[in-house]
Amino acid sequence: MSNRIFAVVALAVALALAAVTQLIPNEYFFSAAYTVLLFVILATAWNILGGYTGYVNFGSAAFFAIGAYTTVFFYNAFKAPLPVGIVAGTLVAGLAGLGLGYLTLRLRGVFFAIASLALAVVLYIFVVNWDYVGGARGAYVLQPRDVPFGLPRYIHLIYAVQLVMAAFALIVARAIEHSTLGRGLAAIRDDELAAECSGVPTLKLKIFSTMVSCALMGMAGTTFPYYLSYIEPSSVFSLSYAVNSIAMPLIGGMMSWMGPLIGAVLLGTVQQLVQVTVSSAWNLLIVGVLLVFFVTLAPNGIMGWVDAWRRKGR
Amino acid sequence: MEVSWALLANAVIAGLLLGGFYAAMSVGISISFGMLDVVNIAHPAFIILGSYIAYIVNDRFGFDPIVVSLVVSPLFFLLGAALYRVYYYCFERRGQESLRGLAFFFGILFITEVALVLVFGVDYRMVSSRYGDVTWRAGAVDFPMRLVVPFLVAMVMVIGVQLFLTHTFFGRAVLAVAQDQLALRLMGVNPVRVKELAFAISIATAGVAGAFLIVIQPVQPAIGREFIGLVFAVCVLGGMGSIWGTLLGAFVLGLAESFTSTFFGPSWAPAVSFGLLLATLAFRPSGILGR
Repeated sequence: MSNRIFAVVALAVALALAAVTQLIPNEYFFSAAYTVLLFVILATAWNILGGYTGYVNFGSAAFFAIGAYTTVFFYNAFKAPLPVGIVAGTLVAGLAGLGLGYLTLRLRGVFFAIASLALAVVLYIFVVNWDYVGGARGAYVLQPRDVPFGLPRYIHLIYAVQLVMAAFALIVARAIEHSTLGRGLAAIRDDELAAECSGVPTLKLKIFSTMVSCALMGMAGTTFPYYLSYIEPSSVFSLSYAVNSIAMPLIGGMMSWMGPLIGAVLLGTVQQLVQVTVSSAWNLLIVGVLLVFFVTLAPNGIMGWVDAWRRKGR
Repeated sequence: MEVSWALLANAVIAGLLLGGFYAAMSVGISISFGMLDVVNIAHPAFIILGSYIAYIVNDRFGFDPIVVSLVVSPLFFLLGAALYRVYYYCFERRGQESLRGLAFFFGILFITEVALVLVFGVDYRMVSSRYGDVTWRAGAVDFPMRLVVPFLVAMVMVIGVQLFLTHTFFGRAVLAVAQDQLALRLMGVNPVRVKELAFAISIATAGVAGAFLIVIQPVQPAIGREFIGLVFAVCVLGGMGSIWGTLLGAFVLGLAESFTSTFFGPSWAPAVSFGLLLATLAFRPSGILGR
């Protein structure tokens, strides 16, 4: 399937899903589905750098928070509507990724990983000390009273927007995967020295994929302040975003765009169920245990099982 | 002007004392990351675990937290050996340490943190010790004992590790692993066993550093991740795989943080380690004493 056809199909599916599910009477569905879609975007974004290029980003929460706080900033400064927040948040997160990548990607991959983790801590401190976006008290973002497209409540709109953005993230991921760029990234993942020797511009490609990955993570965060109407630093910078965005591609499979999607839908849904029935601390423990289980015993994830089963069938 | 001199002297002393504690936290990373090339980002999780063990025993029986940590350090040693076994068989042997090994340690960090939250909750815990509230005064300069005692024990520990590495047969084997594993194999030595021992030592130092931490400040499960940037910053700043470098890096970072919190406010202090880490990576990746 060519990228253009895939893009049309993905967007059509997203819009159709958004339209059909509006009939569901249960309000909780939209809130739960919003969270699962948020993880679909984060996992897909993480996989562009982690799965395709082989560089671990522990700072998903930082880029997610950059998206969320850019929305808050533009809301406070200009009462900017949601689309402005989405575009601005995506760009700012992409620039932050560019800067981090430029400083640390020349060195061994571990330094990038450590720096991304430390970045999350420092940005957290920065936001806590920055009163304009609420500081440690948090910030309110009021949902507009009249909802466009004749939707009954604002959460319905946010959910539909998130659905389209998830489709967009998948389109970007698949386009990268099926391009010369994607093959360059795969070469870096398998043997960076050999790739460099064969003329692959490794540093440029790494920085580019970091930028795209971080921008998409930021995009996932832009709708978040509207979703809750109130955000505060410790929930936005929660380590659970970082863990989930690593665990989901690992569990689904990191080699194709389908892996993070499967992982995020599966793990996201399980978490929503556990959160409602048991508690949120247990729900995090489950993610951690599943992450360690899959990484030690099933390193290729669910898609790895599918591939093995297909090969056996032949 | 006199007041600000006193302020300066206090900042220097506090920075040096803090630096000794940072050296104790980072010496394990200097071994595992600097020498063995095992990127153990779960190191701070073991520090926090050490804090909680010291807390439990101190709370139940009233023993001194640092003595407790020294007594239970063999347990941390065994834990480290077991962890390295798993890491070796699942990742290092298959050549998958870069991505999956990192994710594995990240998972361990996260599980430890969540498990501690489930058992102890998110409240800050602290210990009681005889020296906790004592402060020596030399003129205008304060020497709070809750910093001095960990500093002294930390110095003994760090210098002990350095002497062990340079003056014993096994220690030199660890240094040899850091330099050339293949050569070691050709001499008929199993590098895996040597690395297992060295990694076990690194986790044992984390357990002891945990007791220092809870003597110095109240501890809560989530504060571990604030130290990840710190321990790696110290390790990289001083120069990878050099214990003296780690000590130097720890003092530099301790002074930098102490000055930041004295002159800009304590809430900015944790950002210093990240700034130093990024600056080192950007301008001198081999560190101050790097090879």
